[in-house]
Parts: sequence; structure tokens; C-alpha cells
Amino acid sequence: MASKIQIEVVSAEESIFSGEAEFIVAPGLMGELGIYPRHTPLLTNIKAGALRIKLPNENDEQLIFISGGILEIQPGLVTVLADTAIRGHDLDEAKALEAKRLAEELIKSNASEVNYAQAQAELSEALAQLQAISRLRKKIH
Amino acid sequence: MPGSKEIRTKIKSVENTRKITKAMEMVAASKMRKAQDRMRAARPYAEKIRNVAAHMSHAQPEYKHPFVVKRDETKNVGIILVTSDKGLCGGLNTNILRVVVNKMQTWESENKSIRICAIGNKGYGFMTRIKAKLSSQVTGLGDAPHMDRLIGPVKVMLDAYVNGEIDQLYIAYNHFINTMKQEPVMQQLLPLSGESLGAPSGHWDYLYEPDAKVIIDDLMVRYIESLVYQSVAENMASEQSARMVAMKAASDNAKTVIGDLKLVYNKARQAAITKEISEIVGGAAAVSG
Repeated sequence: MASKIQIEVVSAEESIFSGEAEFIVAPGLMGELGIYPRHTPLLTNIKAGALRIKLPNENDEQLIFISGGILEIQPGLVTVLADTAIRGHDLDEAKALEAKRLAEELIKSNASEVNYAQAQAELSEALAQLQAISRLRKKIH
Repeated sequence: MPGSKEIRTKIKSVENTRKITKAMEMVAASKMRKAQDRMRAARPYAEKIRNVAAHMSHAQPEYKHPFVVKRDETKNVGIILVTSDKGLCGGLNTNILRVVVNKMQTWESENKSIRICAIGNKGYGFMTRIKAKLSSQVTGLGDAPHMDRLIGPVKVMLDAYVNGEIDQLYIAYNHFINTMKQEPVMQQLLPLSGESLGAPSGHWDYLYEPDAKVIIDDLMVRYIESLVYQSVAENMASEQSARMVAMKAASDNAKTVIGDLKLVYNKARQAAITKEISEIVGGAAAVSG
């Protein structure tokens, strides 16, 4: 009897947990989800909270705290795509605004006209300087 | 013994330089290992999310997320430019910037406007210098990239795409092939092509809570973010390897220079001794003669 289910908890930065479990409780967006093996395929968002994993042959449950993400269930496999950061529409928005503001401040302090010619001139100037330096070095040695 | 003091000082100074480059080489080598691990650790997430996204885009044909919809005309282009924060890593940043600038020139000649999201100090500095249109930027990421720092700048670009301010989004970074080889690449992120998601896997569908659309939206954003994260992690691994190789070359060069200088020094010393002896012998011969 297949009374175990494979569980993978991964985040964008690392693999957090991988192993077999008898039973899992996850904090779904619409309420807590209890998952036994051979659960029907399901996809849901999960809230920040604790993931409780009952490992086989152990009385204690393993707790993993996650700050939200997406939960995918297939009959023999549960995957938690955990977020590495606490997300929320407002928070994301704030981060985006901050990034935008930084960039805009910069544009204000510069006249905005793309000038490749100047950049290329600068680049070739730097290259010429480098060449001169290396030639000088050879002379010294 | 003319000039011997100058040569000795010079040898000393090159030796000191070599100590520094040697130390930097070793630091880069140890950081490189960690950066590579980090790069690999990010893969399962991206793979998993791609599988789910592929399945969903096939199972839910009636809902098309804006990221998958191809636009008829491309007027504006967005670029996420990933570079390192620090220099002294060989031609790494120059290579990627050259690729990007070439592409930008082509687009400019086609009258497409370009928006940049700069990740990393070097690309940011370069883009301000050429006065390109920066939409967002993040610098000073440190040794380990954090999703937390990337969400904001990436969201600016994604929002611009959804609002129709840009019609295509590209990402440019250094692809890590191995320690000796890194390759600058420029890939299209948006719109997502069907092929990049892969083929469907069977004719079943998930139950969705609360509903499919919400989850697809969440998933797509995370998918792009994970791709960006992966690129940043890969660029960091490339940076450390490139630095290690560059510093190794610098240490080797310093070694050759030291060798050459020592040769010159010894020759000068020998010449001085020979001259002294011949003076003494000459003097003695004059006295006895």
C-alpha cells in the first residue's frame, strides 16, 4: 500500500525540503489543506504560515515556515513553490515604485539623449590610455 | 652600482602587487564554488514552475495570460541588463555591454525606443554614461543574490509590458559554461514563446483554488522572476570565475616581471663587481710593475 507521498519544498534560492511523508497540512489561501497520498491534482496559492509534515515512522511533525507561494498536488507528489520574500500586492508595488524612483532621480540629474558616439569615443580613449601604459611599462623594464 | 636601488624598489613593488592579485585569486576561487552551488540550487524551482506553467497553458486554452500573447508590432523594447557590481573580472562586463550596445543600435535605427533595467553597478554606470533610458535599477547585490531585491525592478518592467509601454522584454547576462568560459547572451523573456514552456503532459487538469486565472497570474510573474534570479546567479558565478582567471593571469605576469627585473639587477651587480676587481688588479699591476 502506497501510504506515502513525496514532498518537495523549493524556493527560487534553494531546495528547502525533499522527502517522503504520510500526511501534510498546508495553509491554503481558502483555508487549511490536509493532504493524504493519492490526493486529486490541485493547484492553489498558499498564505504565509507553517507547513506541517508528518514523516513516516516518526511521531513528531516537521514544521516548515514559508512566507507564501504556490502549492501543486499530484497523486504521488506535492510540490511547494515557496516564496523567498514576504509578498503582497502592496509590498510588490512599493518595491516597484522605489526602483522606479531611483531610476527617475537619475534621469533628472542627466540630460536624456542617447549618445553612442560619445561612449565609443570614451571607450577608445580608455583603450588608448591602456596601450600607452603597457608600452611605457615595457620601456621601463 | 648605478640604478640598483631603483631596481630593488621596483621588484619590491611588483612583489606586493603580486601578493594582492594572488589573494584576490584565492578569494574569487572560494567564492566561485559557492556561487556555482547557488546557481544550481535555483534550478529545481525554475524547472518545476515551468512544468506547471506549461501544463496550465495547455489545460486552460480559454485564458491567455498577457505574457504569452504575441504582439503584432514591436515598437518599444525593454532590456534587463545583468552585470557585476565590481570590476577586475577580465572582459566580462565589456563583453555583455558590447552585445547589448550592438543590439541597441540596431533597434535605434529601426526607431524603437529602449528601456533599461540595470542589475549591477557596472551596467548601471555604463547606461547612465550613454544616457540610455533607465526604468529601474538595483546595485550592490553582494555575493548572494536575493529575490527580495530583484522583485521591485523586475516588476517595473513587467508592468511596463502589461501596460503596453514595451512590447518585448529581453534579458542580457553572462552564461556560465565552465570556469574558463563564460558567454554573453541576450534572451527574449517576453512574450513567452510556447516552445520555451515545453509540451503538455497528458489530458488531465488541476482543481484550482480560488480560480485558475489568479493562479496563472501569480505563476507567470514568479516564473519570470525565477528566470531573472537564475540569470543573476549565473552572472555571479561567471563573475567570480572570470575574476579568478584574470587574477591568475595577473599573478603570472607579475612573476615574469619579477624574474626579468631580478635578471637585470644581478647583471648590474655582476658588472659592478667585475669592474671593482679589474680596478684592483689594474692597481696592483701598476704598483708591482
